[in-house]
Amino acid sequence: MGFFCWPGLVWASGEKVDAIVIVADTRHLSGLMAWWGNLYNESHVYFMLLTIVLIPLIGVAFGLIADLIMGHMGIDLESRELAEH
Amino acid sequence: MDWLYVLMPIAGVEIFWPGLIILGIGVGIIGGFFGMGGAWMVTPGLNILGFPMAFAIGTDIAHMAGKSLIATMRHGKFGNVDYKLGFIMLFGTIAGFELGAQMVMWLERMGNVEVVVRYLYLFLLTGIAWLVFADVAKKKRRERELMLSGQDEDEATGIEWHKTFHKIKIPPMVHFKEAGITCSAWLPIFVSLLTGWLAGILGIGGGLIRMPSLIYLIGCPTHVAVGTDLFEVMISGLYGAATYTFKGRTELVAAIIMLVGASIGAQVGTVATKYIKGYGIRVVFGYAVIGCAISIVLKLLAKGFPAYAPILDGTATTLILGLVFGMSAYIFIKMLKGAKAEIAAKKQTTH
Repeated sequence: MGFFCWPGLVWASGEKVDAIVIVADTRHLSGLMAWWGNLYNESHVYFMLLTIVLIPLIGVAFGLIADLIMGHMGIDLESRELAEH
Repeated sequence: MDWLYVLMPIAGVEIFWPGLIILGIGVGIIGGFFGMGGAWMVTPGLNILGFPMAFAIGTDIAHMAGKSLIATMRHGKFGNVDYKLGFIMLFGTIAGFELGAQMVMWLERMGNVEVVVRYLYLFLLTGIAWLVFADVAKKKRRERELMLSGQDEDEATGIEWHKTFHKIKIPPMVHFKEAGITCSAWLPIFVSLLTGWLAGILGIGGGLIRMPSLIYLIGCPTHVAVGTDLFEVMISGLYGAATYTFKGRTELVAAIIMLVGASIGAQVGTVATKYIKGYGIRVVFGYAVIGCAISIVLKLLAKGFPAYAPILDGTATTLILGLVFGMSAYIFIKMLKGAKAEIAAKKQTTH
């Protein structure tokens, strides 16, 4: 569980990566994109939290849209009959 | 045509966003069908789109987490996910991956590790491709023998290494319901440590290695191997997304755009597994592995012959993207045909 609670302890992400700091250039950004870039620059922790909340939500949302379309077509999305051979 | 380009707020470059969606759809279909993340397909695609490579891995892993989540949910409804097996393997996968990645950094400090890793990857891919097609050939041979002796061809099986491993009765013995197997808990733990270690050394997600390991070493039916592997990819994807984002290496806007296509594609790929038998999935997987191996050979040749590097690297990228397009189109067509037959059969039943 430590790995999930403390990503900074993941040494294998690369020592070389640690040596480079990337800063977002927010001078040409506005609105949501500017907020986004500033959040990245100010706190990677909050940006990480935003990522792990948004990614599953968006994945599930668009996956469910695909489900609705396929279900409407008449495809059974609850069971599989075909086997190994 | 400016509206076709979106500014990445962190990387500071403009990217052709329909390309990201198309790449996401293709990789999503293949990922949902084979049960893998597909990093080896995404990186050349992002390269072509002019995406900065500093963000490629983190962005790919972030989108992979989302698409794997929805595909796992769908495979779970089909009964293709053995959660008990997945959880047991999870700890081995993470520990093995960290061990492999630490080993790479140790090798880096000693000398040039890049070519060594590529040769190891090539050796592994060749082994997997051989295993898949040897399995299919053996099954076909058995089918012919059974047919000639008047027995049921469906009884034919191919390579069954897992039966030897199941004879090892080191407690605790565990029954995995969806996979339909009973074996020592140490078997999936050892297999996941091994596949995690290889993934850590090679710098890949591991689905390409884990899926055939689930089939040939643990003995999962193909559909359950696909679904359970996706469960692992989902967990490791979320974990990887967190760590790479924490280190500032994820372009979240690109990940979200790719995810829009990938989550739809993943559903298509997952549903396609309904209409293709287990061995059909294995054969297509074998071809995917061969394509990946050829691209690795081209990249190795590019290193060896720098004068021809642009042509060789370009050919490798074209091959991978052609493979993504070809395979995803094939799976999509199979899904449509299967769906059409299913809907027609339903209509006949109601009438």
